[in-house]
Amino acid sequence: MPFISNTEEQQQEMLTACGVKSFDELISTIPKKFIHHDRCSLEDAYSELEITRKMNALAAKNAADFNSFLGAGIYDHFIPAAVDHMLLRPEFLTAYTPYQAEVSQGTLQYIYEYQSLICELTGMEIANAGMYDGATACAEAILMAVRKTRKTKAIVCGSVNPLYLRVIQVYTEGQGVEIVVIPSKNGVVDTDALAAAIDDKTASVLLQTPNFFGNIENAFAVEKLVHASKKALFIVAVDPISLAVLNAPGEYNADIVVGEGQSLGNSMNFGGPLFGFFAAKASLVRNMPGRIVGATLDADGKTSYVLTLQAREQHIRRGKATSNICSSDQLCSLAATVYMCLMGPAGLKEVAEQSTTKAHYLAGKIAALDGYAMASDQPFFKEFAITTPRPAAEIVEVLKDKKIFAGVDLAPFGNPDMLLIAVTEKKTRTDLDALVAALQEVNNG
Amino acid sequence: MANLIFEMHAPGRKGYTLPKNDVPTPIATCIPQNYSRTAPLRLPEVSELDVMRHFIELSQLNHFIEKGFYPLGSCTMKYNPKINETLVRNPGWNNIHPLQPQDTVQGALEAMYDLQRDLAEIAGFAVATLQPVAGAQGEFTGLKVIAAYHKHNGDTHKTKILLPDSAHGTNPASAFMSGFEIVELPSNDKGMVDLEALKAAIDENVAGFMLTNPNTLGIFESQIEEISRLVHSVGGLMYMDGANFNALMGLVKPGEIGFDVMHYNLHKSFATPHGGGGPGSGAVGVREDLVKFLPYPMVTKEGSQYVLCNNDQETSIGKVHAFYGNFGVNLRAYIYIKMQGADGIMRVSRNAIINANYIMRKLEKYYHVPFNDNCMHEFVASGEWQKEKYGIKTLDIAKRILDKGYHAPTIYFPLIVHEAMMIEPTETESKETLDAFIQAMIDIAKECEETPELVKNAPQNTPIRRVDDTLAVRQLNLHYTW
Repeated sequence: MPFISNTEEQQQEMLTACGVKSFDELISTIPKKFIHHDRCSLEDAYSELEITRKMNALAAKNAADFNSFLGAGIYDHFIPAAVDHMLLRPEFLTAYTPYQAEVSQGTLQYIYEYQSLICELTGMEIANAGMYDGATACAEAILMAVRKTRKTKAIVCGSVNPLYLRVIQVYTEGQGVEIVVIPSKNGVVDTDALAAAIDDKTASVLLQTPNFFGNIENAFAVEKLVHASKKALFIVAVDPISLAVLNAPGEYNADIVVGEGQSLGNSMNFGGPLFGFFAAKASLVRNMPGRIVGATLDADGKTSYVLTLQAREQHIRRGKATSNICSSDQLCSLAATVYMCLMGPAGLKEVAEQSTTKAHYLAGKIAALDGYAMASDQPFFKEFAITTPRPAAEIVEVLKDKKIFAGVDLAPFGNPDMLLIAVTEKKTRTDLDALVAALQEVNNG
Repeated sequence: MANLIFEMHAPGRKGYTLPKNDVPTPIATCIPQNYSRTAPLRLPEVSELDVMRHFIELSQLNHFIEKGFYPLGSCTMKYNPKINETLVRNPGWNNIHPLQPQDTVQGALEAMYDLQRDLAEIAGFAVATLQPVAGAQGEFTGLKVIAAYHKHNGDTHKTKILLPDSAHGTNPASAFMSGFEIVELPSNDKGMVDLEALKAAIDENVAGFMLTNPNTLGIFESQIEEISRLVHSVGGLMYMDGANFNALMGLVKPGEIGFDVMHYNLHKSFATPHGGGGPGSGAVGVREDLVKFLPYPMVTKEGSQYVLCNNDQETSIGKVHAFYGNFGVNLRAYIYIKMQGADGIMRVSRNAIINANYIMRKLEKYYHVPFNDNCMHEFVASGEWQKEKYGIKTLDIAKRILDKGYHAPTIYFPLIVHEAMMIEPTETESKETLDAFIQAMIDIAKECEETPELVKNAPQNTPIRRVDDTLAVRQLNLHYTW
């Protein structure tokens, strides 16, 4: 039987050692009428060879090799082969959460290194070990601001990823938080409306930059508005790759910095697993959700690493914890750690620059086509929205037959006739030109 | 200790290659000067070999399943099949985007659809959502479903969640996050829910009761019928924390014994790797009339097509994940279920239970076992005897277990047992492994008597000695500075 070591004889021997005649006797505390002696209606067991055939046949029904311009939070960046070799190491893959520090220094030290890398990238003073994803990291950042400021109004700029906003709403509604969404104007947050909304009840303002539309927000201007209020915290959600070329949030005095970490060395995996990074000013460390690793000494005075400030967490504080979270999607942040080390400052910068320049090349070509235009004239990073001469859904459908995923149709997000196009360093000029030609053809045809 | 990767830095060294940029657009024309980073980007500059050596060096400092036994109670550290890792690396799985047109991801949707139903079948529910990414998020999702159900019925006065004092810490934390008031009930002298305390706490404001079954003492809550009758009598719902579902699979269906909502820990019962702290998956199963409250989208089937269905958007609690949960983790669980089949899934719980009872019976002479009726998949021993007689704490015993090449049990939990050591062997371990572990535990019991200092100063054989937790808090050092 798969993955069970004991033979029938051994099982019987062990039952005898337990002083019972049968397994049924061993489980006599379960009321008999609850026990199923019939098999449930699962399929019969697959052997390794049969499951391999089944899974590969299913995988073949998924289109994984199209010329894709999909983004909206999940990006197809290049991943060096060494990253996956590390993920397959059972030393990391099958280890438990490093509560027993003496036999978990491998995991603890790389988390410490990961926290250090995130601090460098974001320009912030502290970082935790990781969150589930970018969406919940945003939600937890808002809850943290509410706890810290004891205010209940949380402002979210309308240019934040709408998929994140849905998660934020579910996470915050149980705690009496009022979410106020500020409309966008010309592809970025309307700063006049934002200024008018910030008041003494405001716990936080969440800004995403580059925002959902790919546009770079004026974070310096927004920061001044946020900190003009007495207590409000400035939360910024960022694309980590963008920080190789764009201002680090520490440069514009952000209080909490979060984001989706997938693009740092993790595959797209149909949207999960992902991981969220979470960084902040040092003064906020005791309000942070999630695990944090710190350096210390062992009994022999050797430098060692340990989960610290655990008094914030659910296994100690229970109902009064900073969060219920007890996962840090650690293997995903291992991928990010290895990725950042392999790429280094030069590699990360090259990834960011290639993504940006290719996106701008593509945007220029598309905007020059009849019927298409840039949806706004804001500066953008690797993703941009265009207005289309036909409903975007139709264009997506037609281009799919050419093995091109043209981008994300923004109609379901309230922007009809708009297409969101993402570009990474993996795109070649040929890939980009193919999209341009197909877009031109779909308009003419 | 190993050097930090930062200490291997050599300016100009590279660990990557990329194709030459083939578009002519200069970067300066793309990003305005005032938006360009001015802070230095101080990541280490290292080679691929540096990186491999460094992380392999770190890896050698870890305990992990393939290295040795992990008797961690409540964590179900079973073997994680290798075939799962091979199969999920097919680009058809890991190179698909969540917003692709649905007819280009039919294989993914089919697997999700099938898994939604397999999980429901195993636990006796109508269907399961795969969206929650962790057990704690599953709890949060299930509690939000309970809240939505009461709101839908106009029962806004239902604000209380009851839970026993033996509950996992996440239970009250999740109840708080989802907006409930928490009422903790004491356990009775058998380690089970105290029915009198429950009766006293039951009133029309009760929204639900969160129960782990078998509970965190490894005991099946045999009064479950009466508990669920009481809770349902005031219109409350029964929530099962599925952390210990490994004891019941193929044996008992929670949906048939009074539970209305349950989260599964796919990284426990269904053998997906723990990854040093995630990613996991916390699927949630519900009875038929609660399906419309689950997070959207669910995968449904229309004719021969699988679709992401948003029909229940009006009644749904909303979304707990931007997309569809931890798809890659769910796939591993799917493969595991298919490889077990109907017969295999029954053998899992059978062997998990036999293994736990076997250790308990062999150790009860040496360590106090406060609740020593036959257990399910785990049991809780106590270091109380060793503490009273020799002044040795359970923490010391746990550290000595590390010296013997095993991971320590879960200690000081559940809170209702003094000096608790919660031991869960899982079904994948052999009798030989268990015998060796039992012998090690007996040896430690003797050491407590004969050479107590050895135990108090453990561990000695691990990569580092005991760490100073207080120092870590007092002199917070959370990142490298250079």
